Amino acid sequence: MINQVYRLVSPRQFEVTYKDKSIVGEEVVIRPTHMSICAADQRYYTGTRGKKAMREKLPMALIHEGVGEVVFDPTGKLSVGTKVVMVPNTPTETDSVIAENYLRSSQFRSSGYDGFMQDYVFMKHDRLVILPEDMDMDVAAFTELVTITVHALSRFEKKAHIRRDTFGVWGDGNLGFITCLFLKKLYPESTVYIFGKTDYKMNHFSFVDQAIKIDEIPDDLTIDHGIECAGGKGSQYAIDQIIDHINPEGTISLLGVSEYPVEINTRMVLEKGLTLLGSSRSGTPDFQRAIDIYEEHPSIVDYLGTLVGNVHNVRNQHDIIETFESDLSSSWGKTVMRWMI
Amino acid sequence: MIYAGILAGGQGTRMGNVPMPKQFLLLNDKPIIVHTIEKFLLNDEISTIIVASPKEWVNYTNDTLKKFNINLPNVNVVEGGSDRNGTIMNIIKSIEEENGIEDDDILITHDAVRPFLTHRIIQDNIDMGLKYDAVDTVISAVDTIVESEDGEFIKDIPKRDTMYQGQTPQTFNVRKLQNLYEGLTTEDKEILTDACKIFSMKGEKVKLVEGEIFNLKVTTPYDLNVANSIIKGSLDK
Repeated sequence: MINQVYRLVSPRQFEVTYKDKSIVGEEVVIRPTHMSICAADQRYYTGTRGKKAMREKLPMALIHEGVGEVVFDPTGKLSVGTKVVMVPNTPTETDSVIAENYLRSSQFRSSGYDGFMQDYVFMKHDRLVILPEDMDMDVAAFTELVTITVHALSRFEKKAHIRRDTFGVWGDGNLGFITCLFLKKLYPESTVYIFGKTDYKMNHFSFVDQAIKIDEIPDDLTIDHGIECAGGKGSQYAIDQIIDHINPEGTISLLGVSEYPVEINTRMVLEKGLTLLGSSRSGTPDFQRAIDIYEEHPSIVDYLGTLVGNVHNVRNQHDIIETFESDLSSSWGKTVMRWMI
Repeated sequence: MIYAGILAGGQGTRMGNVPMPKQFLLLNDKPIIVHTIEKFLLNDEISTIIVASPKEWVNYTNDTLKKFNINLPNVNVVEGGSDRNGTIMNIIKSIEEENGIEDDDILITHDAVRPFLTHRIIQDNIDMGLKYDAVDTVISAVDTIVESEDGEFIKDIPKRDTMYQGQTPQTFNVRKLQNLYEGLTTEDKEILTDACKIFSMKGEKVKLVEGEIFNLKVTTPYDLNVANSIIKGSLDK
């Protein structure tokens, strides 16, 4: 079969390329139906990823947040029409200690390896997680982003001390929203604060105990653990504030991606005996746990529904460009592409 | 039911001096027809794919399907007819013999030598085929179309905005097509080589579906070179 792959070839320019694939092999054939744009995709699309990375990684199909339907499984394990979420991390080896998303040999879709913008996506069984039949697919589209939170919280659970009375989350964007939501569901007795900059964004966090602007944090406010979801230049300021307000021996989970190295007040990290816990991407177990949590707490899916921003029907390459451009000017929520190309 | 008919009835005379019909020539080491059938296998709304091959190539077609592991229960091979519509009628005959024909049955007909089609084109054909009796896949004309009857002088240059180039799939309500075709005289049958034309000539609406410029028909050695080049040029990752 000739599979159309919609690759970014240079900033703001996509081209169709054609790959010969056989439908009868070891992989399951998935028709992508809903995808969501991540900030990392936008860094490639706009060319702000840096010249070296652009030169090394393009041409490449973007998008690593997506769901679809099984259209052919040569092994017959998955029936046609099964709704699945696709795991973008693709390990090439197994390790009994290191998680799949930290193995340096793993490939990641839309980061040096074609993402989901294809007519059909071919994936191994262990890269697919079955979605509930009645799942809202616009919400399911950005499950991968949800797994970033799920993964970070799983690491936190294993490594942080057991006093979890108060959590502080820095960053009022999509990831901050998802992280606060999951903290409130998984630790219903705990107090969750969101610390952000923008009123209208913080108004969406109806489920937190308190939303506080970062320049109005009371000096005596303390938290047991902090989670940084700011990213970019904001990371440094967020980490600084977390160090100021966190109780001794707390854990600071770092989730925000920054293009540049940031300065950290190590004197206070040492004095307070803090743990800085880095976390990036996710693996199949995190996807499975995210889906299990959706099923256990259906209200989470409803709250995530409020994150759905612009939804675009994509039928041709012009629609792709339009969707990426519209996402750039959108200040809140996730842009969803209904893949009809 | 939704059926797909792969039209592989031609002998490929335009391909020049080649030993076999053009649908069996290799595109990146795989027969063109295999690429095409695989794309149809990925749409679960299609219940059966019927491949119509020239009589003497039916066994070869079956062998090819087997070789590439797509000799699946929902893929049947039948004998083609003497011309395009004859081939479509043979496909309809096989549907009639296997399942009988229901009023809402549709048939998506597609050139075996157009392997570059997409999920969207097939899906649009299904969606529109269920709504309208006939559907044609087209792209806006890129070149200016010039009309001449004698091949010597221009008779007319139609306005390009209203000109389209026909591709496939073409999708039909099976019963309607059968009835219209059977109502034609032998003379009409010879002239009306395009099934959509039968509908439009009879005053029936034919719905347009947008094709793709890359949904090319591999008919000449040049096309085959182009098709192989664009695939090989894409195999960088």
